[in-house]
Amino acid sequence: MDFLHTIPFDQLLIQTINGIVTGMILALVASGLTLIFGIMDVVNFAHGELFMLGAYVGVIVLAATGNFWVALVSASLIIALLGAAIYLTTLRPLLGRDPLTTILATFGVSLVLQNYALWQFGPVARKIAEPFTGHFSLFYLDYPWYRLVIALLSAAIIGALWLFLKFGTYGIWIRATTQDRVMAQAMGIPVPWVLTVVFAIGAGMAGASGVLFGPLAGVNPTMGLDWILKAFIVVVVGGMGNLTGSIAAAIFISLLEAYAALWVSPAQAVIVSFVALILTLLFRPTGLFATAPK
Amino acid sequence: MSLLSENASHPDPLPARGEREERAKRGEEQRRQRALIYWTGFSVVLALLVVAPLVLPEFWRRFLTEILIWGLLAMSSDILIGFTGMVSFGHSAFFGLGMYGAAGALLSVEPPDLWLAILYGLVAAAAVAGFVAYFSTRLRDIYFAITTLIFSQIFYVVIFTWTEVTGGENGLTFRRPPLAIPGLFSTPFTSVTMHWFVVAVVTLSYLVLRRITQSPFGMVLQSIRENESRTRAIGYPIERYKIVAVMLSGLFAGLAGVLYAVQNQFAAPDFVFFLVSGETVIYNVIGGIGTLVGPIVGAAFFLLLREGLSRFFTEYYLIPVGLIFIAMVIFMPQGLLGFMRRWLNE
Repeated sequence: MDFLHTIPFDQLLIQTINGIVTGMILALVASGLTLIFGIMDVVNFAHGELFMLGAYVGVIVLAATGNFWVALVSASLIIALLGAAIYLTTLRPLLGRDPLTTILATFGVSLVLQNYALWQFGPVARKIAEPFTGHFSLFYLDYPWYRLVIALLSAAIIGALWLFLKFGTYGIWIRATTQDRVMAQAMGIPVPWVLTVVFAIGAGMAGASGVLFGPLAGVNPTMGLDWILKAFIVVVVGGMGNLTGSIAAAIFISLLEAYAALWVSPAQAVIVSFVALILTLLFRPTGLFATAPK
Repeated sequence: MSLLSENASHPDPLPARGEREERAKRGEEQRRQRALIYWTGFSVVLALLVVAPLVLPEFWRRFLTEILIWGLLAMSSDILIGFTGMVSFGHSAFFGLGMYGAAGALLSVEPPDLWLAILYGLVAAAAVAGFVAYFSTRLRDIYFAITTLIFSQIFYVVIFTWTEVTGGENGLTFRRPPLAIPGLFSTPFTSVTMHWFVVAVVTLSYLVLRRITQSPFGMVLQSIRENESRTRAIGYPIERYKIVAVMLSGLFAGLAGVLYAVQNQFAAPDFVFFLVSGETVIYNVIGGIGTLVGPIVGAAFFLLLREGLSRFFTEYYLIPVGLIFIAMVIFMPQGLLGFMRRWLNE
């Protein structure tokens, strides 16, 4: 292991923190995706586009109000409404058909949204200013506080989702619908509403993560593509529909990529997560973090 | 459950013997008549495709050739989507590897040889298809779709970043080989002979694929589509059937890639990107899955739509195309040719 000695400890630590920060954003994206899949068997191909549009709404609201937190909240709400609209117009008619048709329909949605963004905002990347610019020194680097705040905020949103699912009335309805849709309906749970709300929540989480990610890199119409692929990898590695698994897998994959970026270019570091996916499929096809094999 | 499930009609109660013979005879007659119509239609379409380049202007000649090439790609994917019930979102990998395989043959061997390009392209595509099939067939339905998607991205990243071999972002350009049969003749491709060559390859591929779907092997694939666990219970090793199906599909996708490379004289990483796979699925759904010719019609419809719409919407033509696609998924899941599926497969 000679090559390990060539990497200084401080770089390793910085990459660990970077990995956890991107991992938390990825976890936020992937948990929305996995929530939607786990509860209604819909593979939302347009999830990356909701993430991207969330970032754009963030850019616009930030320009109008100058307040990052207002931008964050309004982006989540607007994208949640957009999600509900998408669900009602394209996915509800497909209820009861093969889940594969939902991939096709949402792929169509993603084409429309992506090209709409290109048309409306142009191909040039926009930037979201960081809400606060404080730094703390980490070895030779000035590490921005904002990155750590992102990780904490993402964790807080995911935690809130978990509490909501566990204790909220709606959350209990959602879990009941997951277990048995027909029986839930028979017990008087308004299942069509529950499904719409779930899709809206998942979409809103994607929108929020778009705004959070905005300051780290530019906002552009194709950013959704990278994220949907990563989120798909995470969701397969973590086990489809498994919320905890997705979060663990998101951090695991991001750390892997961050460490790989020490040796190769970031574009090639993606291959490491592909390898992780292949190994998972070979040895644990139900997901790396699945508690019990199905 | 699959995208395409034929509800087997219940047979009538057993009639008397004389009537049975009568019926069999009538059925035989009907079948022969339908076969006659089918082959007449087939010949007419083929004849039109052969004559077309002689009357069409250069732009539309090339356009028609491209429709056929994309149609071949879509048709190869129909083996999985329509006949085995597996939606592949990774066909761009097979198509792209066919392209780069052909590029490898055309750049490394002097003088460039068409048949060697086809051979290299097919070997490359089949190798990739075998690799993808080995892993992805462990999973079903949506998981299969996502896994093939991610696998095609692996090849995209490899091709995009391995600049020394693949030319990276710029891709590879090369000279077009002559149309030659060793020892007989050799003539440079014109757009007309290119078109005829593509028509010949696509027609042969169609006939081969049609024969395969009607063979016992094809029947097992359709049985996997209808009910996987029952097929397994009967005793068919379905994993092996699926792997062969993916490889077969990848082989023809690779052939389409070779044709595209020869026609356009370049190989570029854009064609390995998963949007190409997505378009392949769109062609299938628009044209009608499980018909083999449907995907070609779907490709024609899509490309014409794009051509027409891009005059009004410039590069944002995908907005109306996407909306039309969504509407078709919801309201017309059988596609344009779905209504004649049984007849086409008989």
